[in-house]
Amino acid sequence: MSRSVSFARGLWQRLLPWLVPLLLVIGWQIASLAGWLNHRVLPAPSEVLVAFWQLLISGDLFRHLAVSFARVAAGFVIGAGLGLLFGLLTGVSRLGEALFDTTLQMLRNIPPLAILPLVILWFGIDESAKVFLVAFAVLFPVYLNTYHGIRSLDPQLLEMARSYGLSGRELFRQVVLPGALPSILVGIRYALGIAWIILIVAETLSATSGIGYLAANAREFLQTDIVVLSILLYAALGKAVDVAARLLEKRWLRWHPSYFQAA
Amino acid sequence: MKLDDLKTDQAIRLHGLSRRFGERLVLDQLDLQIPQGQFLAIVGRSGCGKSTLLRLLAGLDRPDGGLLQQPAGQSVRVMFQEARLLPWKSVLDNVALGLPASRLGEAEQALAEVGLADRAQEWPARLSGGQRQRVALARALVHQPSLLLLDEPLGALDALTRLEMQGLIEKLWQQHGCTTVLVTHDVSEAVALADRVVLLEEGRVALDLPVELPRSRTHADPRFVALEQHILQRVLQGPSFNTPLINEAPLTSLHFSQLHWAL
Repeated sequence: MSRSVSFARGLWQRLLPWLVPLLLVIGWQIASLAGWLNHRVLPAPSEVLVAFWQLLISGDLFRHLAVSFARVAAGFVIGAGLGLLFGLLTGVSRLGEALFDTTLQMLRNIPPLAILPLVILWFGIDESAKVFLVAFAVLFPVYLNTYHGIRSLDPQLLEMARSYGLSGRELFRQVVLPGALPSILVGIRYALGIAWIILIVAETLSATSGIGYLAANAREFLQTDIVVLSILLYAALGKAVDVAARLLEKRWLRWHPSYFQAA
Repeated sequence: MKLDDLKTDQAIRLHGLSRRFGERLVLDQLDLQIPQGQFLAIVGRSGCGKSTLLRLLAGLDRPDGGLLQQPAGQSVRVMFQEARLLPWKSVLDNVALGLPASRLGEAEQALAEVGLADRAQEWPARLSGGQRQRVALARALVHQPSLLLLDEPLGALDALTRLEMQGLIEKLWQQHGCTTVLVTHDVSEAVALADRVVLLEEGRVALDLPVELPRSRTHADPRFVALEQHILQRVLQGPSFNTPLINEAPLTSLHFSQLHWAL
């Protein structure tokens, strides 16, 4: 008896945060049906759903999604890979730091979108332009957090590991890398967020496919339902990627008190 | 075990050893000989140079002058004031640090020796302070060191855990028979564990006493109390030999603040 009551209460508390969004959507739908909202300003939720269904049926939705996802993935792998590489290099070696850190810190201050005109001149509106922009934007947060993660390793642990005979590769594999991992993952999560933002802008300005193109094209024809749908798609993709990154954290940082406290 | 029984051919010899940090002379022409297999306790006030001496013995630091002779092929392991476990390795993997994978069984055995066999797969963050120090002790002993250095390893533990750990250290020292140097500011701990107590003062040996009480020692033994009091008096007296303790106001105030760690 009391168990079913507490279950009902748990369900209620879980649903409560969704009450306001739900009411908003219902209100939005009613306002559209009543004609208080101009369709060109904001389409009804039902219209967005219909647009979603039509794009899904025609296969366009999947095509654009796949293109955008591939761009983010390629740009992210290249940018994060380089960021990780340089971060490890400057973090571990004084020579590496002397050689690269100043240069990277200078480049870091360039907003990625500021080089968009140059990138279009270099690559046209080709795939490589988008990939390049994403990679450029992703490199620095990963670099900074990797470098910082290594530099803020507990010197006492390093001293202990050395006095226990660890050096070179083993020291790196067993102590330096796992110790820097929490910081590296912070950089990666941040970089994932940036990657989507950059891609949206790049696709909106110059592309022939992708969700950004879908939105920009729909704007030309005043298809507000598709514009709104594109925005929602970006939100969903961003969230999905963030969830994936969290899962990685949970797996790789199992040892960290803040991850197993809840378990 | 009496001093005379100990072999001196494999002794560690320190001749006129000096170490300075900037203007401060931390070790001043120190002479000391540690016979093989001896349990030596080094006591003294904060900043007397005892930790510096330990770091020199460990090879974590280099002397500025003098000679430090260690037997050939000596293996040294340090147990630090903090457990310094790698938080991303399981308890067992921490003990096995620096061991080839083929010797994992020895790590398991060492862990059993300190009574933590059942916690082998736990993360270090889940252990209590005392348990962590026991893991650190197992990690040091699994290498079968010929010289074990203990740098105030029990300083951060509560009184009960500390007594327990003292018993454990004594038991394992008797089993392994390695030369052991314990740095502590707890005179009672020094008398309870060591064959010999050396008091360091301003970077020199101020007192060098054998402890010829049978093991395992009880704090209630009047000879124990007498010896402890004798050393404590000498510690509190400070470097100026002829100053009577009672008449000096600043020293009396020191008396109380220094007493609490001795109790």
